[in-house]
Amino acid sequence: MENPHDMKISRRNLLKAGAASATAMGTAPLSAARAAGAGQREAATVTLHVNGKAHEMALDLRTTLLDALREHLRLTGTKKGCDHGQCGACTVLLEGRRVNACLTLAVMHDGQQISTIEGLGTPGALHPLQAAFVRHDGYQCGYCTPGQICSAVGMLDEAARGMPSHATASLSERPLLTPEEIRERMSGNICRCGAYANILDAIEEVAEGKA
Amino acid sequence: MRPFTYERPRTAAEAAASAAREPRARFIAGGTNLLDLMKIEVETPAHLVDVNGLGLDRIEPAEDGGLRIGALVRNADLAADETVRRDYEVLARALLAGASAQIRNRATTAGNLLQRTRCPYFYDTNQPCNKRAPGSGCSAIGGVSRQLAVIGSSDACIATHPSDMAVAMRLLDATIETVRPDATRRVIPIADFYRLPGDTPHIETQLAAGEMITAVTLPKPVGGRHFYRKVRDRASFAFALVSVGVVLQDDGSGRVALGGVAPQPWRSVEAERHLPSGAARVTEALLAGARPTPDNGFKLTLAQRALGAVLTEART
Repeated sequence: MENPHDMKISRRNLLKAGAASATAMGTAPLSAARAAGAGQREAATVTLHVNGKAHEMALDLRTTLLDALREHLRLTGTKKGCDHGQCGACTVLLEGRRVNACLTLAVMHDGQQISTIEGLGTPGALHPLQAAFVRHDGYQCGYCTPGQICSAVGMLDEAARGMPSHATASLSERPLLTPEEIRERMSGNICRCGAYANILDAIEEVAEGKA
Repeated sequence: MRPFTYERPRTAAEAAASAAREPRARFIAGGTNLLDLMKIEVETPAHLVDVNGLGLDRIEPAEDGGLRIGALVRNADLAADETVRRDYEVLARALLAGASAQIRNRATTAGNLLQRTRCPYFYDTNQPCNKRAPGSGCSAIGGVSRQLAVIGSSDACIATHPSDMAVAMRLLDATIETVRPDATRRVIPIADFYRLPGDTPHIETQLAAGEMITAVTLPKPVGGRHFYRKVRDRASFAFALVSVGVVLQDDGSGRVALGGVAPQPWRSVEAERHLPSGAARVTEALLAGARPTPDNGFKLTLAQRALGAVLTEART
């Protein structure tokens, strides 16, 4: 396994080898190799822990975390908007922190914990932010909503840990979640329907409840 | 996205050696810039060296009273670090002015220094671009250039360096630690790190093939009052038209660096000597020899006014 370029094996055997090496060697140094199949496809065996459940998948190395969630695990709550990190529709929580699932490869997160909108609440027991978005009508078409809510979960945690933002007046004091702070901290999530006023109200309500 | 192979090395030296073996290799850390460029095939690496497992994610005191920042410290963590907020506020402010919270949670210290220009012609693979395809020409010269460089540019390239963080690092005289493929290490002052485009705009830094950044070290705190003022087309999550990082001492002396105007953070110690005389004298010296396009001459005025606003704020 020292040099991935030397491996000339079938795709079927490659996947078996990947599983075996993962058991024997943990994640280091390699969980991916080049197969000699048609079109020189490059693949890897990846285990993602999504919403508390482990999923082992054979993935093309080019698979983003977003595509792994949507196309392989059929967790389509996480949306693909721009696919370039500009809109935030794909926001998920990676090891508890909000990230753009479109801007990272699934293979880079072997063994890590991911929470998506499907893991936050159920129709019968909504997450407080989901309930607040419903109450305040924090959407029109709803396409950006899962990303908005996952982002808001991460944002409230960042604020609770005292992380500053561009809107924070003094870096020596704990930031307070004023409307200006919430707007700035949510700027990575775009709503083309323009439901920002109600999104802000929903998040503010939950933030105040936590304060 | 073009196919590639992938590995996770165990040490930084191993990572550097791997990257040097494969001529079309790239290190991947946060991936927020590289993957974006791979999707549109501006970047087409044949091999990815994933450095996320190497540690290098600590912020620790440096020997001379400074601060050593691991290459993989995420932008969000660096901006939130207590020492950075207290002693290097301009760095925290610059980081917080950049990108979105999601991106700052992934983007790393080294990756931020190495991020590529957002020149629209660099992104458009249907257009000539000397940075993306050396020798093909520059579409930005004579094209839409409102965002682009006014100084430090060449007849081959007028791209800007997009980083806010790098402006603060330049202001604070950071040094960049690297490991080379033969496992030797070196330290590069940030003033020498970036290369002006000249005839080779595709070569952006002093890094050799396979050479990997392991840490960025800040000298001991310089004191003073710190400011980072960024002017952009919207209030958040946009690249700078002009940004200005300033450290001002009580006696009126200080440091000034500009972002959004050049292929690298733009600073001149000569220009800083004019600080007691006001913003106009400083920016006049700092931007002497500027070659703006018809679209972006406003940046010269904007830089002066951004610095003027900081100096006014400092007096209150």
